[in-house]
Amino acid sequence: MSQRSHKQLPLHSLPSQENILRQEFSNGMVVLARSNPNSGSLIVSGNLLAGGLLDPEDKLGLADFTAAGLMRGTQRRSFQEIYDTLESLGASLGFSAGTHLLSFSGKALVEDLDTLLTLLAEALRYPAFPGEQIERLRAQLLTSLSIRAQSTGEMASLAFDQLVYRNHPYRRPEEGYPETVQEIRQEDLAEFHARHYGPGRMLIAIVGGLDPQLAVEKIGAAFGDWTNPLQSAPPELPPLTPLTEISTRHVDVPGKSQADLIIGTAGPPRLSPDYMAASLGNHVLGRFGMMGRLGEALREKAGLAYYAGSSLNSGLGPGPWEASAGVDPENIDRAVELILAEIRRFVNEPVSRDELADSQANYIGRLPISLESNGGIASAILSLERHQLGLDYYLRFPDLVNAVTPQQVQEVAGRYLNPDRLAIASAGSGERG
Amino acid sequence: MQAVVRHTLPNGLLVLLKEDHSAPIISHWVWYRVGSRDEVPGKTGISHWVEHMQFKGTRKYPAGVLDKAVSREGGFWNAFTYLDWTTYFETMPAHKIELALQLEADRMENSLFDQNEVESERTVIISERQGNENEPMFRLSEEVQAAAFRVHNYHHEVIGDMADLLTIQREELYEHYRSYYRPNNAVIAVAGDFKLEWMLDQIASLYAAVSPGKTPARFVRLEPAQQGERRVVVEGPGETTFIRIVYKAPAASDPEFFPLMVLDSLLSGATNLDFFGQGISNKTSRLYRALVEGELAVSIHGGLQATIDPFLHTFTAVVHPQSSADEVVRTLDEVIARTQDEPPEPEELKRAVKQAHALFAYGNERITNQAFWLGFSEMFSDYSWHEQYLARLEAVTPADVQRAAQVYLRPQNRVLGLYLPKGAGARAEA
Repeated sequence: MSQRSHKQLPLHSLPSQENILRQEFSNGMVVLARSNPNSGSLIVSGNLLAGGLLDPEDKLGLADFTAAGLMRGTQRRSFQEIYDTLESLGASLGFSAGTHLLSFSGKALVEDLDTLLTLLAEALRYPAFPGEQIERLRAQLLTSLSIRAQSTGEMASLAFDQLVYRNHPYRRPEEGYPETVQEIRQEDLAEFHARHYGPGRMLIAIVGGLDPQLAVEKIGAAFGDWTNPLQSAPPELPPLTPLTEISTRHVDVPGKSQADLIIGTAGPPRLSPDYMAASLGNHVLGRFGMMGRLGEALREKAGLAYYAGSSLNSGLGPGPWEASAGVDPENIDRAVELILAEIRRFVNEPVSRDELADSQANYIGRLPISLESNGGIASAILSLERHQLGLDYYLRFPDLVNAVTPQQVQEVAGRYLNPDRLAIASAGSGERG
Repeated sequence: MQAVVRHTLPNGLLVLLKEDHSAPIISHWVWYRVGSRDEVPGKTGISHWVEHMQFKGTRKYPAGVLDKAVSREGGFWNAFTYLDWTTYFETMPAHKIELALQLEADRMENSLFDQNEVESERTVIISERQGNENEPMFRLSEEVQAAAFRVHNYHHEVIGDMADLLTIQREELYEHYRSYYRPNNAVIAVAGDFKLEWMLDQIASLYAAVSPGKTPARFVRLEPAQQGERRVVVEGPGETTFIRIVYKAPAASDPEFFPLMVLDSLLSGATNLDFFGQGISNKTSRLYRALVEGELAVSIHGGLQATIDPFLHTFTAVVHPQSSADEVVRTLDEVIARTQDEPPEPEELKRAVKQAHALFAYGNERITNQAFWLGFSEMFSDYSWHEQYLARLEAVTPADVQRAAQVYLRPQNRVLGLYLPKGAGARAEA
């Protein structure tokens, strides 16, 4: 018995060209707006190509520092004036730099959109990087780096990137190192901003309780006249040299009860034809239910770890495809064996039809939940646009998911996860042989 | 806003329902009135361990079947154990909700607590605790909380002490489960895309056969008033000094809770009581200006929690590398003294209320969060607490805030905890 007549996915409610207003501006900016009439608030988020890939080798962390510096004062407002305006409204606005992208996200009640856009435009277009604030920020960033040095998860992750991406810019941490952050001067921030921030290929999504046409007009008013002839395109990624053997690194972090372990390699970029099969395969390996086959083997059967799973971080380039677990330092070797055994099985045998069907059903069934909030919708449509997937992507999504076969999953698994050519990184107290 | 229906079944199960058709989603929560406050020494962590065992299967849904069933339908689910309560939720596509209703009704009384599963879960929970222990703030917070509560069971961490995680046995877990997991000790909260009558019928028929138990008496030893400042020092690896200062705070049902919420907002920024919500920045708060802009700390956060018995108003600071814990505490004391000496400006109150309004609007975007509040508020008060929250904040006067500062934020009423780093940072091996 059912309460409802529609048993099917309600396609009409998903984001699509039918309900997203998309507008390209002559300065290169693309704006995407979608109404969520049930919401009394809104989100404005976006990104531009000004991430850590652009950092000079001796100033790693520059893009991150620049992003964090945007709100420290503009040519029109001091740090305290910016936050006084923002926090008085209960609004929020933040910037962060990843490998490729500078991302931003702001939230406010619908009635406060104008103020939010004014602050966003000032921070992006007219940051002042005042000296006193920049030094204060530097101390905060350096403290974060000393806390990072104490985090077994973060240290394992740094070691993993250094193994997998040893000849590739992805080996470099976006936050840099203490010595490189020390090298960054106030004028470096201003110069990075001048050379890499601009409307070219900038994306802005706005979602919430307002009319999309009006939203696009307001964003146009805030950014439509922005130009930056100096804005340079980011460099092409060099090819990745694949691993040729098992490559291991352990970081000793004294005084810790638990060790973190990461095993994997580079996976396909988001736009690769391998992506969907890899993503569904990864879901079987280390996500579905209680963290997939890895969760079953390490947590449910062996009782070895509170968390054990896998992730595929496909983006604009070959992001990592990795299994990870947190274990007692004494159990690292056992955990490595169990994870390698699961990876071997994943590569040597096709996943079962039932396993694949489970993950396929999850991918399609979860859409309404992942696209429920303003923030969820905004990040989804930004991803569609950044990766050029097309605004009709969610309408095609069920077919794309259901077209994947166990054989395709196995082929893709074999192409990326060679069990004899993986990085094994760990961090925890004590040394490993 | 849709009205909330509140209904008690003959076996004592309290049901709260809220229709919301904005998205084809339903979020379903089952709350039990049991948490770490109900645990005696020797059994600390038992409520949380029982929560883990609830994922280990019943006859109808053996281990590993439940999570796969929920995931297959595109749902997400989890469970949490806290001081006063334990809760389980599933957020599902609306037309798949029957699965969630059935599995929760089933595991209210049919969980197996298989001996092998108990042992395997012991090491999983020990691993969870070890992961927590990696964090300096967990180590500090655990010691500070223990120093704050000498008598009340709020003194131990929800995850429990290692000594008890090593020794608790299957029979103790099962007895804890059977004592507290009863319809008359539970609240079901559902929000989302359904018809009220249909949902109530489903729940009534699923739970009709679940028999009530003796309503468990809640174990309470009230904490006596604190008579002077207590200090705790934890030493550990790293290069960073952390400070955690906690003041005894009123229970959520105490009228004084609201002036203290406003005071918290002025001192360290708005606290978001939503379970999944993100807060807003706190850079114009008084403590941020004094400590972070003053380059004594690199961050400061504060907050209150809605609990049955008086718990804690906490402040956490990360000390600036060029400063010291003493300087941070001295300045924090000066800032707090100002709130005791003079009432805040009405503008500051207005702002705290506007921030709370905005956080409410953000939280309402998610059905999961709406259903959370239906049940959560019943754990320490009732749903009217949530409905009246903004109005009660609006009613707070500057004099109320000043009085709350005088009554609660006295050094005699606090524990001052320091994490002092010993030793160098990590080094990588070649």
